[in-house]
Amino acid sequence: MDSRITQFDELAGADGRTRAPYRKLSQWLAETPPELLASRREQAELLFRRIGITFAVYGAQDATERLIPFDILPRILSRSEWTTLEKGLIQRVTALNAFLADIYGAGEILRAGIVPADLVYRNPAYCPDMAGRRVPFDIYVHIAGVDIVRTDDQGFFVLEDNARTPSGVSYMLENREVMMRLFPELFALHRVAPIENYPDELLGTLRSVAPQRANGDPTVVLMTPGQYNSAFYEHSFLADKLGVELVEGRDLFVRDDVVYMRTTEGPRRVDVIYRRIDDDFLDPLCFRPDSALGVAGLMGAYQAGNVTLANAVGAGAADDKAMYTYMPDIIKFYLGEAPLLQNVPTFRCREQEALAYVLDHLDELVVKEVNGSGGYGMLVGPHATRAQIEEFRAKLKAHPQNFIAQPTLALSTCPIAMGSGVAPRHVDLRPFVLQGANGARVVPGGLTRVAMTEKSLVVNSSQGGGTKDTWVIDDAWSAEEAMGQA
Amino acid sequence: MLSRTADNLYWLARYMERADFLARAIQASRRLAALPKAYGGDETEWESVLLSSGAALSFDASGRPVDEANVIEFLTFAPENPGSIRNCLEQARANARAVRTALTIEMWESINDAYLEMRALESRGVVPCAQELARFLEVIKQTSLTYDGGAYRTMLRNDAYWFSRVGLFIERADNTARLLDVKYHVLLPEKEIVGGSLDYFQWSAILRAVSAHTAYHWVYRTSMKPWLVADLLILRPEMPRSLISCYESIVRNLDNLARAHGRQGVSQRHARGVYGKLEKLNMESVFQGGLHEFVQSFISENNRLAALISEQYLF
Repeated sequence: MDSRITQFDELAGADGRTRAPYRKLSQWLAETPPELLASRREQAELLFRRIGITFAVYGAQDATERLIPFDILPRILSRSEWTTLEKGLIQRVTALNAFLADIYGAGEILRAGIVPADLVYRNPAYCPDMAGRRVPFDIYVHIAGVDIVRTDDQGFFVLEDNARTPSGVSYMLENREVMMRLFPELFALHRVAPIENYPDELLGTLRSVAPQRANGDPTVVLMTPGQYNSAFYEHSFLADKLGVELVEGRDLFVRDDVVYMRTTEGPRRVDVIYRRIDDDFLDPLCFRPDSALGVAGLMGAYQAGNVTLANAVGAGAADDKAMYTYMPDIIKFYLGEAPLLQNVPTFRCREQEALAYVLDHLDELVVKEVNGSGGYGMLVGPHATRAQIEEFRAKLKAHPQNFIAQPTLALSTCPIAMGSGVAPRHVDLRPFVLQGANGARVVPGGLTRVAMTEKSLVVNSSQGGGTKDTWVIDDAWSAEEAMGQA
Repeated sequence: MLSRTADNLYWLARYMERADFLARAIQASRRLAALPKAYGGDETEWESVLLSSGAALSFDASGRPVDEANVIEFLTFAPENPGSIRNCLEQARANARAVRTALTIEMWESINDAYLEMRALESRGVVPCAQELARFLEVIKQTSLTYDGGAYRTMLRNDAYWFSRVGLFIERADNTARLLDVKYHVLLPEKEIVGGSLDYFQWSAILRAVSAHTAYHWVYRTSMKPWLVADLLILRPEMPRSLISCYESIVRNLDNLARAHGRQGVSQRHARGVYGKLEKLNMESVFQGGLHEFVQSFISENNRLAALISEQYLF
């Protein structure tokens, strides 16, 4: 972190005066003895472990199930901040869908020279099998998890568009439940916008994109790679909340281009699959022949229009880090609007000039692999050793097109509860955007991820990041305040 | 319901029931083995526990001498014994995790709590002392109570519930039958008893293993007689671990499934057949044909039912 940049704390503000959305929390904190916070932290940990909210880390020995660290202090957004964010998110996902329908269809944006064609067609996530086909209602991205950061109280930046199988929504929902059990008094004080309707909204979204032949009463299932997947808890949690079967590949089979699940009463037709499994593993006949997780013939059924997959196959072509840099242009091209959410300024290393600049400034920049995820394959210049920088320099020179670079952002911080009080830590936000035939929606808030280590900017759970409950509260504080002052 | 889910629920119930039976059997044997030799206290008791829990072969393979500490450790914590309580619990939890959506939170929490407790005990890397062991067996018994109570009080009455119940009663019938099989030589008919019996404490251990020690007295209102112990475990419908009671429940739950699915099948017919035979039976004819032979044939009929269920419901 560059110390010359002023740190923006969402509670303290830039000038050290408590920001309005945090006033009640701040006062409450001041009146609350540290022992109480400590005991609530213990209670929270116990609750999470009992409920079994765990995730798996690949490659970690003897740690097949771990708890994600949870911080008990909420992150708070005001209603007006949220409204801006919500509009921007819906705009972004609408544009993503238009872009995907275009690149698998007429390809107008490529012919207009806005996005280089090779960037699309050579993208490993681009699925040639989908070219020239249409998906129901032209919706490719039904569920998006858009990563948002801020550096001041002016606006929000989009860090990443996750258009494949974004995870984390179960933590958003469970964090809220745990918080409501731990701090009823804070909820009474704040009147927080509810998020518990997310599963219903999700189900409505999935049902809305069912094939015609389902006749308005589609069978929806959630498809998981199985209980050893890192997000298995989330899969089972969501299936339960949705009231749909949680299936694995071996529970499904395809006959005459129709997908069935094996039930105790014989085969039952499946209309919509909310799949939490990557494209490559969906169908061994089409993609990886060694995949034991998929269903032979699934792509055939999908292309015949007998089953809807959410998200659509090939949706990943819109969310890699190279495509990200074109998002402002993509929004303008399809919607004729200026983007409401900004992109983080990004250098495309495939471009000569940009590459030269990046190579000269490696110690200041964050360099990311275009197809990397989970915080892996990334260089954080200001925190890197000389050896790490040289390693990346070599990689960049060898395959510049595989990388983008961004300035190190002074990510905002939020207070977390610590052994001896509270301390600021960097946060980001992942709201979940739903897009169905019945419209687009976002439940207020999202998953706040927090880097639990001091100064760290990496919030990914696979690398020790934690989570917080995220509250959207009415701006009524300003009215109350005005009254109080009158 | 997904066939895989039904399969998981069925096995989950079996593992939980088995862990409970093992815990009770160990406790009962401990009590018996602690008696003076003249009262039946004997090291052979540990061999018979190994037999009734189906762990004799794998114990032999482990090459350990048969003594109390070894057998208890093997039945409780040994990872190499596929039927140890620890492995039952682990299997139960793996099944439960795979079908979280079909379980209520109460059921999951009871399994998960016991599992976490077991992991905490294991993580210290030392063999638990006798006191810890005793406590762990109590935890297992408590867990099966809260799990079972959780299922009874919170589950929807649909195929998820019925499959779990069928699994539970098949396992329970199997456990009771194996216990009878190992102990049949002390459960002789009236005329074969000569004089006062040193087997008294054996009978009472059998009853304790199936938590029927008090029940016996309420049912018969007489002092312990071996043929009545056998009667209680085989033919008394009011005794929840008797073979006939298990089959009454199996038939009822399979019928519920058949009604929900709109058709009766091979497993319903088979279960009704076994139940019908038990209903017509009396202890005299059981002893005439040989208790051992009867129990053997029951065990194989029970296994056949398990196979038919998985055939019919595509596990």
